[in-house]
Amino acid sequence: MNCQKSGAISCSREQLMSFLYGMQRIRLVEERIGELVASREVRTPCHLSIGQEAIPVGVCAALNEDDTVWGGHRSHGHYLAKGGDLNAMMAEIFGKATGCARGRGGSMHLVAPAQGIFGTVPLVAATIPLAVGAALSGKLRGTHQVAVAFFGDGATDEGHFHESLNLAALYRLPVLFVCENNLYSTHLTLKERRVKDNIVESAALHGLAGVTVDGNDVTAVYQAAQQAVHRARIGEGPTLLECRTYRWRGHVGPAADLEVGADRRRELDEWQRHDPIAQCRALLSTRGVSSDSVDSVAAKVREEIEAAVRFARQSPDPDESELLQHVYAARRGC
Amino acid sequence: MRILTYAQAIREAHAQLLAEDPRVFLIGQGVRNPWYAGTSLQDLDKEFGRDRVIDSPVSENATTGAAIGAAITGMRPILFHPRMDFMLLAADPIMNQAANWSYLFAGQVAVPVVIRAVINRGGEQGAQHSQAVQALFAHVPGLKVVMPATAYDAKGLLIAAVRDGNPVLYIDDRWLYELEEDVPEGLYEVPIGSAAIRRSGRDVTVVATSYMAAEAVKAVATLAQRGIDVELIDLRSIKPWDRNLVYSSVGKTGRLVVADAAWMSGGVAAEIAASVAGEIFHALKAPIARVCLPDAPAPTSAVLEQAYYVGAEDIVASVEKVLL
Ligand SMILES: Cc1ncc(C[n+]2csc(CCOP(=O)(O)OP(=O)(O)O)c2C)c(N)n1
Ligand SMILES: [Mg+2]
Repeated sequence: MNCQKSGAISCSREQLMSFLYGMQRIRLVEERIGELVASREVRTPCHLSIGQEAIPVGVCAALNEDDTVWGGHRSHGHYLAKGGDLNAMMAEIFGKATGCARGRGGSMHLVAPAQGIFGTVPLVAATIPLAVGAALSGKLRGTHQVAVAFFGDGATDEGHFHESLNLAALYRLPVLFVCENNLYSTHLTLKERRVKDNIVESAALHGLAGVTVDGNDVTAVYQAAQQAVHRARIGEGPTLLECRTYRWRGHVGPAADLEVGADRRRELDEWQRHDPIAQCRALLSTRGVSSDSVDSVAAKVREEIEAAVRFARQSPDPDESELLQHVYAARRGC
Repeated sequence: MRILTYAQAIREAHAQLLAEDPRVFLIGQGVRNPWYAGTSLQDLDKEFGRDRVIDSPVSENATTGAAIGAAITGMRPILFHPRMDFMLLAADPIMNQAANWSYLFAGQVAVPVVIRAVINRGGEQGAQHSQAVQALFAHVPGLKVVMPATAYDAKGLLIAAVRDGNPVLYIDDRWLYELEEDVPEGLYEVPIGSAAIRRSGRDVTVVATSYMAAEAVKAVATLAQRGIDVELIDLRSIKPWDRNLVYSSVGKTGRLVVADAAWMSGGVAAEIAASVAGEIFHALKAPIARVCLPDAPAPTSAVLEQAYYVGAEDIVASVEKVLL
């Protein structure tokens, strides 16, 4: 695999601290969600991205506030990294009226328009063309906004992916296709779904830039995203960014799915040694940051999470009378 | 005979069809994973090999098109879509291709494919993992659509579908998977287009599809205790559907409730109601009632799900309404 190199050298200490904070936050939030699922307090299907945190954090650090991100079934990390409110996400997962989708969506349908998150939805590959449309919209409106489509390796099995790449390349649209290649689509390994491990080559075929990075190295992800975003903004068109990673938990819920795939146990051990958070901590210690100050970050995040869980628990359920609301958008004034 | 669950009956039909006919093969997402298929396809890959039991990439459009191409050229594929929602990515091969080819080419080309779609809803999964869009497919000439509600029919309709020679949409509902009954051990067919009378009665006809047919059984028991004598018809096939049986029943009772756990507007219940009103209007003693889902996507929150889904109680209420 020809991976783009780490961007650690060019990252400041503050930047690294902020990456670490972002990744820790996603991890701890999802570990907590995993517990809530295990205890059955949360019933909506939750797909955890533990082990993959460097990708949303690295990519979103390269974005402006008004850039948009689009996601799928495994999008807690995308939502949080782009600035979605934690309380609103937790309440959504609890099915509460204070949730970001007022309890209509659960974990698989997150939204925060003010933060550029117009919707994450679980139909695989569904939002890839929508991101292309957001880029087209930005281009037509002359805003220089960039759109990011986050999707998995499984989504590249769908025609949506290939058609979208071609369209975006053809019209040189400011879109970043971020493939979080965790080597699995539910129970099927990449090998069971394609002859070659060459997702990134789709880029060259369709005439756009294609880059593979170590998706567990937040600095590499950040640097590659920054370059791609820059090209998009100055009108040089789209990039496919393949981020190699691995999900530590099962397809859905907190368990590890060890029965899936012949090599799952070995792979998991290997990838856990390649933990994005531990690597970032190690990097910070070479920059003279003490582990105490890193630990204090985690402690603060834990407090924030418990507050979000309290908020969700104490929030009201949606009212039955809301059932038929918003099937259609409210009519706008002329 | 012995007792099988609905899911086991589906599995047995697959196994016997695979054993009986070398042209039969199974393709789709998750055919060897219980997360997708429950026990309804359990270990078929081990029994028949992965050449004939193909767990596919996430490529609904291509796998459906490929199944159709294989059907046209002599195979009898069973395509598996673990959720009806996912099948919508294959709307083109199903609605534009499979449905049209026999007519388009004056009967020279047939498309003997079975496209199985699972309705798998509830559990706070929300709008894109809950849909029951049978009406969309029943709308299209050239497609047959069946919806078994019992273990016996689940097996017999799958066998009939594979042997039918046309594109047949076979729609099963995860909420039925644990239902049990006696199921014959051999291969047998439940004719496509024939409904079943689950209970004879004089006061009201209830026509129900799929999951609602199971709910209607409960509703009918409650109503019987209240002295109301319901004739319950499990529709089983929604395209073609058993007009004769429905008309003769409504001719007798003069009252009709149609229950279909899908959206009301433009749905299967609307088609039945319109046909009854159009053909045997004179027999009706009361307006026709429909028990369907409200015209909204499925919400996730348990409170809203509770308000959204319909069941036995709603059938009871509608029967009492048409008797007022
Ligand atoms: C159109 C569609 N087909 C199938 C599914 C079922 N499904 C849900 S997630 C998933 C796996 C997707 O894998 P990948 O894109 O690699 O994402 P990951 O789960 O690995 O993050 C599948 C097949 C779906 N949600 N939508
Ligand atoms: Mg994957």
